[in-house]
Amino acid sequence: MEERTPLLKVEHLKQYFPISKKFTVKAVDDVSFEIYPGETYGLVGESGSGKTTIGRSIIRLYDPTGGKIIFDGVDITGKMTKQENHMLRTEMQMIFQDPMACLNPRQKVADIIGQGLDINHMYSSKEERDEKIARILQKVGLAPEHAERYPHQFSGGQRQRVGIARALVMNPKLIIADECISALDVSIQAQVVNLMKDIQQETGSSYLFIAHDLSMVKYISDRIGVLHLGHLVETGTTDEIFSNPIHPYTQSLLSAIPHPNPAVEKKRVSMEYDYFTSGINYLEGELRTVEGTHKVLATEEEFQKWTSEKKNYR
Amino acid sequence: MSENNSDFILKVENLSVDFATTAGVVHALRGVDFAVRKGETVAIVGESGSGKSVTVKTAVGILDTNGKVVSGKAMFTFKNDKGEEETIDLLSLSKKEMRRTINGKRIAMVFQDPMTSLNPTMTIGAQIMEGMIWHYHTPKEEAKSRAIELLKMVGITDAEKRFKNYPHQLSGGMRQRVVIAIALSCNPDLLICDEPTTALDVTIQAKILELIKEVQDKLGISVIYITHDLGVVAKVADFVNIMYAGKIVEKGTVDEIYYDPRHPYTWGLLSALPDLDTSDERLYAIPGSPPNLLHEVKGDAFAPRNEFALNIDSIAEPPLFKVTDTHYAATWLLDDNAPKVEMPKELRARIDRMLKEAK
Repeated sequence: MEERTPLLKVEHLKQYFPISKKFTVKAVDDVSFEIYPGETYGLVGESGSGKTTIGRSIIRLYDPTGGKIIFDGVDITGKMTKQENHMLRTEMQMIFQDPMACLNPRQKVADIIGQGLDINHMYSSKEERDEKIARILQKVGLAPEHAERYPHQFSGGQRQRVGIARALVMNPKLIIADECISALDVSIQAQVVNLMKDIQQETGSSYLFIAHDLSMVKYISDRIGVLHLGHLVETGTTDEIFSNPIHPYTQSLLSAIPHPNPAVEKKRVSMEYDYFTSGINYLEGELRTVEGTHKVLATEEEFQKWTSEKKNYR
Repeated sequence: MSENNSDFILKVENLSVDFATTAGVVHALRGVDFAVRKGETVAIVGESGSGKSVTVKTAVGILDTNGKVVSGKAMFTFKNDKGEEETIDLLSLSKKEMRRTINGKRIAMVFQDPMTSLNPTMTIGAQIMEGMIWHYHTPKEEAKSRAIELLKMVGITDAEKRFKNYPHQLSGGMRQRVVIAIALSCNPDLLICDEPTTALDVTIQAKILELIKEVQDKLGISVIYITHDLGVVAKVADFVNIMYAGKIVEKGTVDEIYYDPRHPYTWGLLSALPDLDTSDERLYAIPGSPPNLLHEVKGDAFAPRNEFALNIDSIAEPPLFKVTDTHYAATWLLDDNAPKVEMPKELRARIDRMLKEAK
């Protein structure tokens, strides 16, 4: 594999939320990963594992407590110059979970999509703006006439397409998709995932795909990071994670996916994993390489134990 | 029908429900038939808006106020307080009678979000005892010991201590366990779970499903699952009803639905599931979106999204064709005059692989 420079490099990211003088929530604690151009990185974990926080820290909705985020060669932690801020606001976009909540109900779709263009002066005439909007609507599988409608006139899947169109119109290098299919129906989820894949092939943008549904993550991601309690416990290519999960938490996550095969599923009992009784301390472990890009958070001893035993996790 | 009535605990026949909305009348249910046998687990599967929740809400009398039952019956068989077997039409009862004799006591429900179904100002112990005291006038001491027993049964450690906790002191999975304990407190004959795990994490979801199954085995109650997740259905159900646009389009035993689906919508649903064993580049997606039930549906409601649609699909609604004694599907493809259409070959390959895996 040739050497590539990562589009986004997250190094030892820490995001703490002080609740009181004595108590601080460490939502994200020392997380590092990289996203290469044209790649999809899936971030999975249960609720409260910090996956959404990471997404928000990267796009600077929060000010990171520690660590470094390097996007396209520019450090975007700390104070940013106007230029850097402008770069971040155009080159990185976000798709949110609930399309009904993230679209302004009093704005027409054309204005929702065009807002980014307006703010960043990305067109020279009204015709150009309209044309850009019409083109992006077509790309996400909506008709140009839809530009004159309001969000409530759409179905859930269509609304999410508007959300995607809003992110795409800026022609971003990185799109952060925060649980963008969780609120949709099964049959619509597949449509949206396929659309996102098609768009990636066409534009070559990268995705940070945040989800708790491992089976969907498998479809869209090239590489996966597994988060638990703010720590990245395992990361690797999709294949490595699914065929050879090392960390017990990853194994329990995989074992919890229901298989649509009644004869097998009826007999299967999912694996249990409880951090507090497992005797594992995430703070003591460090990321150790299994092979290639496959890394797992473990102490030397745990690492030996986990890699030597092969559990039947499915 | 000549089947013995006492075999069934709940039998919903030809149920139609309309909702009056500002935009017009929505025909949410258009003739739903399904039955639940004693001790059996029945799943109702469908997309949002297909009417799966409305079906059970109507049956237990908690329909929204703008809803109206147009036609249908919901025959519920149970042992009354005298110990005699009794069959009544739930839809003929008044709300008050329903509350007093059925809700909570005979039929209990578990809802999607445990935080909204628990009272934040009451301890969980008091909430579990409430039903027993109200329905059976159980003495408080007895109710308390039973509540602790229930908490233990649903897998809550330190039940005595937890008894005094408030809902906000528990995690999401624990809360749902408490909701299940409340549902079980009055020894219901039928437990209805309306998307019981949608709001929970995958790891907790698996545990809750295993718990409900375990409880069911122990107590021998019947369970109705409402869900859109076919993976969940495979784990828990004996019998599956697939709903689309206010109608049941296919029903059968779980094996029949997963290994021998006949309706194109079921094919679509099964194909759209991400498969962990293959690495196909594209996921199958059912084109289009569900119909708006504000408008009268002509012919087969699924026809516009169906690549196998026949001409007749746009003219007449298909009846339920019989495949086996337990397996029915509402698609014209099963008519004698229909051209022979096989399920998509990707799905065929997948089912063959699943069958092999099952052996």
